[in-house]
Amino acid sequence: MSASLLSDISIFVLSLLVGFEVISKVPATLHTPLMSAANSIHGIVFVGAMLAAATANDALGYALAFVTAVFASANLVGGYAVTDRMLQMFKAKRAPAAKDDRR
Amino acid sequence: MSTFDSVVALLYLLAAIGFVVGLHLMNSPATAVRGNRISTVAMAIAVAVTLAVMANDYHVHPAGWAVLAAGTAIGGGGGLRVARRVKLTDIPQLVSVFNAVGGGAAALVAVNDFVRLSPHIPTRADVTTVLDVVIGVVTFTGSIVAAGKLQGLVSGAPVVWKGSRATNGVLGAAALGLAAYILSGSQNVAVLGALCAVLAVIGVLLVLPIGGADMPVVISLLNAFTGTAVAMAGFVIENSGLIIAGALVGASGTILTKLMADAMNRSVLAIIAGGFGTGEAAGPVGPGGASVQPIQADDAAIQLAYASKVVIVPGYGLAAAQAQHEVRALADLLEERGVEVSYAIHPVAGRMPGHMNVLLAEANVPYPQLKEMSDINPEFPLTDVALVIGANDVVNPAARRPGTPISGMPILDVDQARSVIVIKRSMSAGYSGIDNELYTDPKTHMLFADAKAGLADLASAVKALVGT
Repeated sequence: MSASLLSDISIFVLSLLVGFEVISKVPATLHTPLMSAANSIHGIVFVGAMLAAATANDALGYALAFVTAVFASANLVGGYAVTDRMLQMFKAKRAPAAKDDRR
Repeated sequence: MSTFDSVVALLYLLAAIGFVVGLHLMNSPATAVRGNRISTVAMAIAVAVTLAVMANDYHVHPAGWAVLAAGTAIGGGGGLRVARRVKLTDIPQLVSVFNAVGGGAAALVAVNDFVRLSPHIPTRADVTTVLDVVIGVVTFTGSIVAAGKLQGLVSGAPVVWKGSRATNGVLGAAALGLAAYILSGSQNVAVLGALCAVLAVIGVLLVLPIGGADMPVVISLLNAFTGTAVAMAGFVIENSGLIIAGALVGASGTILTKLMADAMNRSVLAIIAGGFGTGEAAGPVGPGGASVQPIQADDAAIQLAYASKVVIVPGYGLAAAQAQHEVRALADLLEERGVEVSYAIHPVAGRMPGHMNVLLAEANVPYPQLKEMSDINPEFPLTDVALVIGANDVVNPAARRPGTPISGMPILDVDQARSVIVIKRSMSAGYSGIDNELYTDPKTHMLFADAKAGLADLASAVKALVGT
């Protein structure tokens, strides 16, 4: 096992533990926004799409990089946008003047 | 390590800290907005750093930049558009679609890496490549089926057929064989393609037998899967940002999944095995059954207006009819008359946990009025009228008896209220597919209407009462 693999595994395991701790304290009422927030964080896979585009050097590589970029950017941008939209509703609640009358 | 590499590593670390702090601030509604903003900034940092890496470390062909820009414009633009326009009730499907594309992208990162390096892959990439492809592809097709079930494009009922178990066994064995072949050192791209195809079918077959009622749990689980697939992609391309963020989501999704399954008193394994629908002992409660008592809005309004304590029980019907503003209006009217109004929130009411909270928050319902199941259940015996709006399985007393598909699921004890009014469009069964004994209870009256129209009628009837 290489040193870099060992350090990657350490990072992975410690991040899992941090994730368990951070999340287990969230009240049930925030679960939907939380799921959406976690959903947008895995949009980091866009970084993988960028590096795929950087290393592509043939038609197949470009095609794969393109599809990866479409998928990953949809996850990233859409995830944050929808989470923000949900959270705005919680915020509006404390400022009764800002009534939501879109529908 | 060059200065550039050090700065890159430190900025990735900063982004990771942002994700952790951002998730931590999601602990309370007061700080959640800030949490999401910090998380967004962290993501922007990670993307900006990667752009710098692309410009500095790689000789990116102009075609590579073009492909990335075009893909991002299409995917990001589409994602933004859908996220802005989606109806609140459809958010669970959207999360599922984002899981699908996230998992798909993670799998593609590994596929791309494999294809590019196929003549000479280091051993290390092999294991994580296979894991990434397995989790990513299964999540991709599984999430699409889950979204289809919620959207009504795929039957919400459990889909099972004779020999499905044998089919799964054969496919599982095939996937294992192909994975083992790749791990043994094959660099054949066709083998990887075959593995992807088999996994795609497995993903579909995993979710098809699961009933629509369990979809929130399944989507949460697939969210965790996507995170794990992204972490594996991080191993494949040796990027610590992907590993950290992916692992965080993997852990959070797992916790959330367990919390949701606990709320339904079911094990995650039982759900994956196709929980609802396997209880063939269940059967509906006798076809002739007891009769239901319909009620008109005027009579229901009298009951509500002269009650001293009313508990509103919102369910999916409220969400589907977008009736959150109407329910708020009715509650305001009742409160003006001095009626004590609270909302009983079942953890899995609607289509995902917290669904009702989000919906009612949109209508500016005061947060303290929302009561969780454990807090509100002791209050039902003291409640004059329980107003059930489009909720079904979460108030079905059949859950207390063994032998039904929903046995053991904690329910709201609505049947202990002095009287019950149910607003529902028809007598059709909930996602579990069984009849609701609450509806035939002698103290229950059914107001057959769409939630939005029914609540508007109730409100105007209450107004008329107050006016005279």
